[in-house]
Amino acid sequence: MRRYLRLLFVQVRASLLLALQYRWDFLVEGAISVFWALTAIIPMMVAWRGRPAIAGWSFPEALVVLGWFILLQGVLEGAINPSLVLVVDRIRKGTLDFVLIKPADAQFLVSTARFLPWRMTNAITSLVVLAWAFAQIGRPPSWTGLLSAVVMLATSVLLLYSLWILTVSAAFYVVRVDNLTWLFAAIFDAARWPSSVFRGTLRFVFTFVIPLALMTTWPAEALLGTLRPGAFLGAVAGSIAFAAASRLVWLRSIGHYTSASS
Amino acid sequence: MSLRSNVRAFPVLLRVGFAEAVAYRAELFVWILTTTMPLIMMALWTAVAEEAPVGRFGSNDFVVYFLVTFVVRQLTASWSSFQINWEVRHGILSMRLLKPVHPVVAYGIEALAAQPLRLVIALPVAVLAFCIVGLDYLPADPWMWPLWIVSLAGSWLLVFALNVAIGALAFFMESSNKVMDIWFALFFVLSGYLIPIELFPPSARAVVDLLPFRYQIGLPVEILTGAYDRSGALWMIARQWGFVALFGALTAWIWQRGIRRFEAYGG
Repeated sequence: MRRYLRLLFVQVRASLLLALQYRWDFLVEGAISVFWALTAIIPMMVAWRGRPAIAGWSFPEALVVLGWFILLQGVLEGAINPSLVLVVDRIRKGTLDFVLIKPADAQFLVSTARFLPWRMTNAITSLVVLAWAFAQIGRPPSWTGLLSAVVMLATSVLLLYSLWILTVSAAFYVVRVDNLTWLFAAIFDAARWPSSVFRGTLRFVFTFVIPLALMTTWPAEALLGTLRPGAFLGAVAGSIAFAAASRLVWLRSIGHYTSASS
Repeated sequence: MSLRSNVRAFPVLLRVGFAEAVAYRAELFVWILTTTMPLIMMALWTAVAEEAPVGRFGSNDFVVYFLVTFVVRQLTASWSSFQINWEVRHGILSMRLLKPVHPVVAYGIEALAAQPLRLVIALPVAVLAFCIVGLDYLPADPWMWPLWIVSLAGSWLLVFALNVAIGALAFFMESSNKVMDIWFALFFVLSGYLIPIELFPPSARAVVDLLPFRYQIGLPVEILTGAYDRSGALWMIARQWGFVALFGALTAWIWQRGIRRFEAYGG
């Protein structure tokens, strides 16, 4: 365990040093993060103008969901996507060999291979949005709400990560999955609205198949203190089960890796 | 690089581009699936309109608006900016410069050649849309159809010119992909892609009318969804083509100044 912590530290440090070469990117990424947040907030302001609630959500409550979405988008693009784009590339070129011969768990190595620290600007943007939302609501989140929201953050990151491991596992079979990154980002975009906006089949899909509701709407509800305890426990259990399943799939798929014709 | 050689190469390049699009059809399909934003917005706006219509928009109007937006986005798509960035950085552009066809023309034809395949996916969506809500939502005035085609052509040219202009900035900076990112964010909000322009407060609308974004995608969608009468549509199309001329000139200027700096490193 301690060895893996040290390994993680080394990998993060390497990414950090790499990022420090491009210090301007901090400002650029920050500006882009704010711009993209505005693309979500402006339609909301137009939609909620003159009406108290849409699909049961008031404007500040929907802002909480949005803040959560921005945070997770940062996690996805800063900590999960870069490594996994890298591993897909390695599978295609056959250079995954060099990772596999290292004396550590391959899944750990490939998932921590690269971070984009400047994407943390999303976290700042999201905190501003959340603060704005709670200023409008007029009361800070309760301590239990805050605590359960932190747990929900862990479950949603775990879910995102597991979905990604499944995608990478697919790369062992179908090879070209690099533009699936974009596809996933496009689907994830749907998580910016409270899930009750979606109806019928889409709501079912976004709760159980691609669990977007668990990633942004439920954590927001936890923060607002309206999440049912059953849903909370279900989310924690569900994400752990999902992570375990994705680990099994990964172990099976990596057995199919035959290296490329290098 | 005479005009004649460019014109003669046109059909051949179009065929090559089409064959390429067919060869990478799975990839193109995934790219099309990544432009689902209008559908996500549709979910929000139909939920909004369920209680009471917004302006002249009821639930069905929003369904039509955003499905038409999806189709127009397909028909005006261009990725030339990313392509130029990549080719400049890797020095591949030098190969294009050797050919007796202007590189910008070649980029344009490549973007155009993928259109039939995109149409194959966009058309069923459009048909489905009007099956759901009924044909009453199509424009009653038959003249709107030719006007729509003209505005669509204008949109395509505007999007392409912008792509080349921002792509050509790569001659001056290491990568202009971030510039494109910011442009995209502005485009999303100010073009009618996420919100019909009509729903903006009047003061914001006046500003949006003066910016190029809404002529990229909003105008053809509005013409098809009956936002204008004949003269109104003509007036807007005139403005759109004004922007096309403006950005065409700007693009030519940036490209010419930039190409002199091109050094083909790594090629």
